[in-house]
Amino acid sequence: MLSKRIIPCLDVKDGRTVKGVNFVDLRDAGDAVELAAYYAEQGADELVFLDITATHEKRKTLVDLVQKVAKELNIPFTVGGGISTPEDVGILLNAGADKVSINSSAVRNPKLISDLASRFGSQCVVVAVDARFADGKWEVYLNGGRLATGIDLFDWILEAERLGAGEILFTSMNHDGTKNGFANETLAKLSEMINIPIIASGGAGNMEHFADTFTEGKADAALAASVFHFKEIEIPNLKKYLKSKDIPVRI
Amino acid sequence: MKDQKIVIIDYDAGNIQSVKYALERLGITPVVSNNEEVIRSADKVIFPGVGEAAWAMNSLRKNGLDKLIPQLTQPVLGICLGMQLMCESSEESNTKGLGIFPLQVKRFTNERKVPHMGWNQLDELKGSLFDGVQEKEYTYFVHSYYVPCSEETVASCNYILDFSASLQKDNFYACQFHPEKSGSVGVKILENFVNL
Repeated sequence: MLSKRIIPCLDVKDGRTVKGVNFVDLRDAGDAVELAAYYAEQGADELVFLDITATHEKRKTLVDLVQKVAKELNIPFTVGGGISTPEDVGILLNAGADKVSINSSAVRNPKLISDLASRFGSQCVVVAVDARFADGKWEVYLNGGRLATGIDLFDWILEAERLGAGEILFTSMNHDGTKNGFANETLAKLSEMINIPIIASGGAGNMEHFADTFTEGKADAALAASVFHFKEIEIPNLKKYLKSKDIPVRI
Repeated sequence: MKDQKIVIIDYDAGNIQSVKYALERLGITPVVSNNEEVIRSADKVIFPGVGEAAWAMNSLRKNGLDKLIPQLTQPVLGICLGMQLMCESSEESNTKGLGIFPLQVKRFTNERKVPHMGWNQLDELKGSLFDGVQEKEYTYFVHSYYVPCSEETVASCNYILDFSASLQKDNFYACQFHPEKSGSVGVKILENFVNL
């Protein structure tokens, strides 16, 4: 049976992980490669690296990182952050990334999705969407949640699927950081609306939240950062728990 | 085993690096090439691939690799799209394949989400590629098209229906999943291929 995926997300800057990584048993908690290998060992099904290095000149550090991770790791990983052209994607995939995640650049230029899908295949195109619920509607935000677009979440996700996205990574800004659980009602609605996998993101606080997003939220995968980085949840325990709830996981 | 020459076919379709790195982790330094002589002289050949079938076949034709691959006599391992291209034809853009396996590649129906993406279990394991691999072990799949089960099927998987997770005929081996991305199970499968 196809298993539900557990995906730790690592924010990287200049090739090192940043923001809330507190691993006492790692030699260097900032070393992205070491952390990636640790998660793979723990049973993570995939990894996402989000590059928050804003400047163009520093992009090379990301390519170096992708190469180092690919050399070490035998599970799939996605790279996101600042990707806006097929050339960017070609470089990252050639360095060993399996998928790329695009967000703001896809909203600004939806044709990027179809360009990437036809050149590299839909399977490597993850469209990440940040959205906020307010005044009765879900609105898409850009630039890490700083810029409102006026675009309706459901319209945009349908459009992304139509253009050839292989997967949707949906982050609810209302839930992100709250540790009160994922946006399951909306996730379920999205999951039924589209026919490509959907990754739930934002709101993970305990193991039950993961179970809920797979059952109530109908998500295909769940992504989280701080609960893993601070070891509030350890992946082997999480998977055991999910299995006990009859949720298919790879152990 | 470590001094054998393993050639990864480079035809501008797919994540060749991952396969290369996976072999390097086994202590092998593979050669990446699209040169006919280099490929012919290999002890073993790996034929990877991700992307779109028609585009990939065109790319093979440009280098005459469409003629070469079916003639190879050493062990050849097709991965993902590589496996699908080794079949007779594919519903993806109505593409004619290399015809090594007398099988037709079909598209999954939309009963469930497509692509079939993620870790899924292997069933009915046969043959040397799966020595030491247990039934129901998980490997990583990403694909929208599948090869139906047939005589050449040496491992199956279930998503929407039972399909071929692996094929074998004579010196030709193939995996629909990505052994290079399938954790320790994938390592074992690649090791088995290298040890053939």
